[in-house]
Amino acid sequence: MAYAGSDRAGVPVSIKILIAGGFGVGKTTLVGSVTEIRPLRTEEPLTAPGTRVDALHGVERKTTTTVALDFGRITIRDNLVVYLFGTPGQERFWFMWDELSRGALGAVVLADTRRLADSFPSVDYFEKHHVPFVVAVNCFDGARRYDPKAVQSALDLESHVPVVLCDARKTSSGKDVLIALVEHAIATIKRNSEPSAEVLAP
Amino acid sequence: MAPPEDRWLDQDAGPVVRPYALIGGRTRPAGETLDVIAMIIAVRGVSPDPVGLEPEHRAVLRLSALPISVADLAADLDLPLGVVQILLGDLRERSLITVHNPIPPARLPDPKILKEVVDGLRRL
Repeated sequence: MAYAGSDRAGVPVSIKILIAGGFGVGKTTLVGSVTEIRPLRTEEPLTAPGTRVDALHGVERKTTTTVALDFGRITIRDNLVVYLFGTPGQERFWFMWDELSRGALGAVVLADTRRLADSFPSVDYFEKHHVPFVVAVNCFDGARRYDPKAVQSALDLESHVPVVLCDARKTSSGKDVLIALVEHAIATIKRNSEPSAEVLAP
Repeated sequence: MAPPEDRWLDQDAGPVVRPYALIGGRTRPAGETLDVIAMIIAVRGVSPDPVGLEPEHRAVLRLSALPISVADLAADLDLPLGVVQILLGDLRERSLITVHNPIPPARLPDPKILKEVVDGLRRL
């Protein structure tokens, strides 16, 4: 498919979706339920920005932090590809989020109702950076089921942020979560491009 | 002070040292950092000046004969993302690759593309 006035003919359109959430909440499982996972290593220097790294001093102590991301690719059709990046949810990995979230279509915040607080940093981050997101509650065996409305209020989410229940192990469930996100992102883009609609709404 | 064995025996020391040695200890690419889903295409018909090109640069050129994302390159080469971004910066400086930055979702030329994504996900 060629686009008028572009030199992108034959270059795939790539779309980025982030899968975030606390440690052990099932991010890897969710990515793996919809596509094959490949590890993607990132190694970030721990030196302060702008500091020149002396070759000898640079290797004397551990100067990088190694983080493996869960990376998945879904080919929608020729030249249309969705990339999934499962990212560690802890704040100390935010250096990576800044890079990954730029231009992202949206994010899935995977939550476990037994440890709901673990998803606060992710929710805060995406709210602050205006990245459309949905909260997917991974229904672990034995965990008490919660009403999505209760989760929405416990996380103090804005009313338009979808909360969906899922079983991250199941393909059907994983794809429903992604569909909910893409539909939410479409609605968000639409809302942002028609600011008057919101103002005029009763 | 940390015991001497802490210096080198960390499980990450091995994989870190080699990639960062090949890019001369640099931690930031020449020019702007490439997006992980930017598409890379090797420029055809150019015989790359071998001076200063490491085997890893050549591997990148081989893999990008057809469009490939930065993240796919890193995964295929089993190199850290930051290293691949630096290699790509070098190749871009020498005009050996073309970089296609991703289009922000709100500025996709055809809004139907996102609907196609929904339909595609339904078919999974």
